[in-house]
Amino acid sequence: MAELGTLVTKVRSKNAGPFWLTVDIFCGNAEVYSRVVRDLKTTQIADVFHADSQTIKRFDMPNLNVVKFSLPRPTVQGAIGDRDMHGASWAALVGELDI
Amino acid sequence: MTRVLIPSGALGLNYDPEALARGLAAKPDIIAIDGGSTDSGPSYLGRGVSKYARASTKLEWAGLMAARAKAGVPLVIGTAGTCGTDSAVDWMLDITREIASEHGTTLKVAVLRSSQDPDRIAQSFEAGEITPLPGAPEVSTTDIRACANIVALAGIEQIAAAIETGADIIIAGRTTDTAIIAALPLMQGCHAGGAWHGAKIGECGALCATNPQSGVILIDFDTTGFTVTPLADGAHASPHTVSAHMLYENSDPFILHEPGGHLDVTAASYTALNDTSVRVEGSKWVPSDRYTVKLEGARPAGARTVVMALLRDPRYVANAAAWADDIVTKCTAKVLDRMNICAEDFRLEIRLMGQSASFGALETRTGDPVEIGVIGIITAPSEAQAAEIGKLLNPYLLHHPLTQEEEQPTFAFLFSPPEMHQGIVYEFTLHHVLHLENPMDAFRLEVIDIG
Repeated sequence: MAELGTLVTKVRSKNAGPFWLTVDIFCGNAEVYSRVVRDLKTTQIADVFHADSQTIKRFDMPNLNVVKFSLPRPTVQGAIGDRDMHGASWAALVGELDI
Repeated sequence: MTRVLIPSGALGLNYDPEALARGLAAKPDIIAIDGGSTDSGPSYLGRGVSKYARASTKLEWAGLMAARAKAGVPLVIGTAGTCGTDSAVDWMLDITREIASEHGTTLKVAVLRSSQDPDRIAQSFEAGEITPLPGAPEVSTTDIRACANIVALAGIEQIAAAIETGADIIIAGRTTDTAIIAALPLMQGCHAGGAWHGAKIGECGALCATNPQSGVILIDFDTTGFTVTPLADGAHASPHTVSAHMLYENSDPFILHEPGGHLDVTAASYTALNDTSVRVEGSKWVPSDRYTVKLEGARPAGARTVVMALLRDPRYVANAAAWADDIVTKCTAKVLDRMNICAEDFRLEIRLMGQSASFGALETRTGDPVEIGVIGIITAPSEAQAAEIGKLLNPYLLHHPLTQEEEQPTFAFLFSPPEMHQGIVYEFTLHHVLHLENPMDAFRLEVIDIG
């Protein structure tokens, strides 16, 4: 077991418009990329966001050594209950996942 | 070949004047800059205002107007004034007039307006001309009519119409980020996939390069693809930095939907020409059967008052969550008892900075903070009601004890008064597309002579 954020170069999250959130995991090299692709389950991402894993789009991108997830924003951007206008903080929760 | 000079990712973010001069020396065919996005939240669209300071906007715009005059090519801004409403376009036009007047310049300005009448959009919704995109909220015609502002995102067709007027400057309301960059290359017969892909790579300025703060980039579009070159000292583009930019703020890194079709970069190839420039080919433009434009709308969500306090007493820091829950329960009861308001008409929430303010129920970690920032957030139908609830919350945040037995505590207020009034706040309402028979149907183009 290892914390995802310590294995990879960077975990980034950002709005993809007001209704979607996208999370990019930059693995840095092919070896780490293979491990992340193999061990990081989409259901783990669903658990982080209390989301339905069926709504999560996953892109494994070997050319960039990037694993990307996009999902409907946990709270619509700027809605009354929203806590992060630009959606960048959520990367921390993904980086703290154990794989 | 069409050469597009992009000074930065947005007007108001500043640009490197030396790099801009280098770009002018390369003789661009057009200078294109974005003026906004939804990224700063619904308030700007709701109020129809810019997030950037007028002083910064004027200074940077004056620099670009001078660059345009020197190059003798059109200057285009898309999504003027952050949100691209007609009011934001007028604000930008006013700044343009002021600069022209100060310099004694004569100008032909094309103004493209993107604001929509909520009543007409509601009618189009009833007529089935509006389709939700994935992740769209449920909306009714009442929700649509409640919008303070609705804009449609123009594509290349509307920008091309503005360029065809022969204007020196084009001030466009809401457009897609890419349209202002892709329009001229497409008008001049460049590769369609390359034009849209290059525009997407360039829309954030030098964010596609190694020195993202440097701003200025140059893109050469031709009949097989495009070449991107950052212009600041020490800025480099590599196949990795350019291809990785398709990840940024995109829910799908291969597909980008635009008015009239979509871009597919699955088969794109990225080649380093040297340590600065990257060549991209193989991107594909796929036209759609129906011409649609995306809609954005913001409607009032109530008035907000915020009250802040600080907990530093270790016992209160350790028990902050229970303390805050108790306050919300007791204060809510007091609001219902003393004010003429229903429970469903207001929202009272306390967030604890240092503990769970970032993620609320999604937080997985616990810690032992030195202090906790308490943010009381009230949303109510009117500003007066939000302010009144703030005053009811005030004594709790100042003195609420953990137990009845202890001496009354006093916490730190940062200000007098501690209540901060945000006025009316907004929420995004639409994530839909509107079908148009003719691309200009939802837009108005006007040519204005200045000076």
